[in-house]
Amino acid sequence: MRSRPIAFWLQLGFTLLVCAFLIVPVCLSIMAGITANYFVGIGGGVTLRWIGEVWRLYADTIFLSLRIALACLACTLVLGVPAAYVLARRPGRIARAIEELLVMPVAVPGLATALALIVAYGGFGDFRRSWLFILVGHVLFTLPFMVRSVLAVLCSIDLRMLEEGAASLGARFHQRFFGVVLPNCRSGILAGSLMVLTLSVGEFNLTWLLHTPLTKTLPVGLADSYASLRIEIGSAYTVVFFVIIIPCLVLLQRFGATGRPRTRKAKP
Amino acid sequence: MTQPFHLEPVPIRMIRCAKTFDGGVRVLDPVDLEIGGGETLVLLGPSGCGKTTLLRLIAGLEWPDAGGRVVFGGEDVTALPIERRNVGMVFQSYALFPNMTVAENVGYGLRVRGIERLERARRVGEMLEMTHIAPLADRRIDQLSGGQRQRVALARALVVRPRVLLLDEPLTALDAKLRDTLRLEIDRLLQDLGITAVYVTHDQAEAMALGDRIVVMSKGRIEQIGTPREIYRNPASPFVAGFVGTMNRLPAEGGGGLLRIGGATLPWSGPMGPVEVMVRPEDLTVEPEAGAEGYTLPARISAAVFLGDRTRLVAETSDGTELTIDTDPHRPFARGDQIRLRIDPSRILSP
Repeated sequence: MRSRPIAFWLQLGFTLLVCAFLIVPVCLSIMAGITANYFVGIGGGVTLRWIGEVWRLYADTIFLSLRIALACLACTLVLGVPAAYVLARRPGRIARAIEELLVMPVAVPGLATALALIVAYGGFGDFRRSWLFILVGHVLFTLPFMVRSVLAVLCSIDLRMLEEGAASLGARFHQRFFGVVLPNCRSGILAGSLMVLTLSVGEFNLTWLLHTPLTKTLPVGLADSYASLRIEIGSAYTVVFFVIIIPCLVLLQRFGATGRPRTRKAKP
Repeated sequence: MTQPFHLEPVPIRMIRCAKTFDGGVRVLDPVDLEIGGGETLVLLGPSGCGKTTLLRLIAGLEWPDAGGRVVFGGEDVTALPIERRNVGMVFQSYALFPNMTVAENVGYGLRVRGIERLERARRVGEMLEMTHIAPLADRRIDQLSGGQRQRVALARALVVRPRVLLLDEPLTALDAKLRDTLRLEIDRLLQDLGITAVYVTHDQAEAMALGDRIVVMSKGRIEQIGTPREIYRNPASPFVAGFVGTMNRLPAEGGGGLLRIGGATLPWSGPMGPVEVMVRPEDLTVEPEAGAEGYTLPARISAAVFLGDRTRLVAETSDGTELTIDTDPHRPFARGDQIRLRIDPSRILSP
């Protein structure tokens, strides 16, 4: 093997250092969650007791988070995919302006969005107290990610041409939309869906203001447990969070990398 | 090859069809056009001449400005969108569905019409045979070559037995050799099916080979409609003369029953005074000897290109006019040679 220049080793070293900086706290946190006693360390024994404790105290927050994430996904699919389709089909300044406006909830701090929601709708008591209030916040926050992800795929295929092709064969609008448009932006929908699920499950800023003691989500519960309980329980909670979120992230990475799932192999 | 089915030849009539896009850009002046049932009509012209817009008006992908009408047979289809006109369309980039196999692509039009599975499979099979792509039935579109995609697009458009087949530069994306093969095949298929077809191209050779009639267009207007022979032999305007084939233009002087071109005189019944006459490269003959003085024109060869079936010469007359001549490939010519050109008076075109 050819000897590599010194710059390569320096870069590698730096990269590993940054990785370690990010990963070490994660490992420590997981360790803390499964040690019998954090202050004694891993030598003091390993236990699933804390995870059991988390389950006993916070199972409902986990279920609520999953419920909100799935409902949020449903909303962003129903709203976001048609929105992306319309934006892709319409040239012109108004469509581009809407596209930019859609990203606002990402740019504006979550706390500000949450405050605005509370100011506007806080008076509707039943709504304010229900989990649907949090759902609205999550949909606002995650919708741009769905739209962007689907729009990117729609712009990479010749959408108008495909639709005209389908129409020339006698397909009505709904046949074209479900039979041609949706299947051809499947990869974007999939990537967007995973992104929405991941963001919704992990969302804290908005949720912190929008929740009530009866509508705590997983991240809110997590903050709660770190603030008020033993560090082992907080850490065990983190482990649970990882179990939910990491598969999502891995899938997201896979679909994000391939973009369109099938590779092109044309013969001359 | 399976015996093709025969399609009802439906005539098309376009009445005062113009097209102005948003922003007031007029891309097509009002057009009246009659296309006979079973006829292959070629729309020929440079890019931006309005030929694709005209095709899209027939297809129902664009709507004519107020007052324009499109009639298929006895039915006014002006208000119908493309999905209700029952046309078959082949797009320049094929517009095949990447999420479906070849057979699924071809069967799509039948599926959306609610044709049941067995009948669908039978008709798809028949169509794949007819277009020689049966072995590719289960391939995905991204596994096909350009020529194969073109056949799929054709099969997909024809399987629904459309009233009219519309082709928008279907061969442009292919290399020259494949283009020739497919052009012949398309020609035979259109003849066999007896379908009314409108074919858009900017390639005059393609237009001559395929069209029963050719519509030459320029800047949103129809310049001439005629058979390939008429268009080639009797171009109605200088634009048509220049766009279809190669044309030499010569300054000349008419008078006293004679036409004087450079040093040559020809019998002439055309207008008096200075005129510009046109003559095709193959209608100029290189005289072997400096013989018949009167009718021949002296020139000097400035380029000689051997093309296999002929030699193309570029020669300059004494007054500096450049002429293109197609001649016998067996005779050697060299740059700088002095030649004499005979002009057949019956082959002279005057605008």
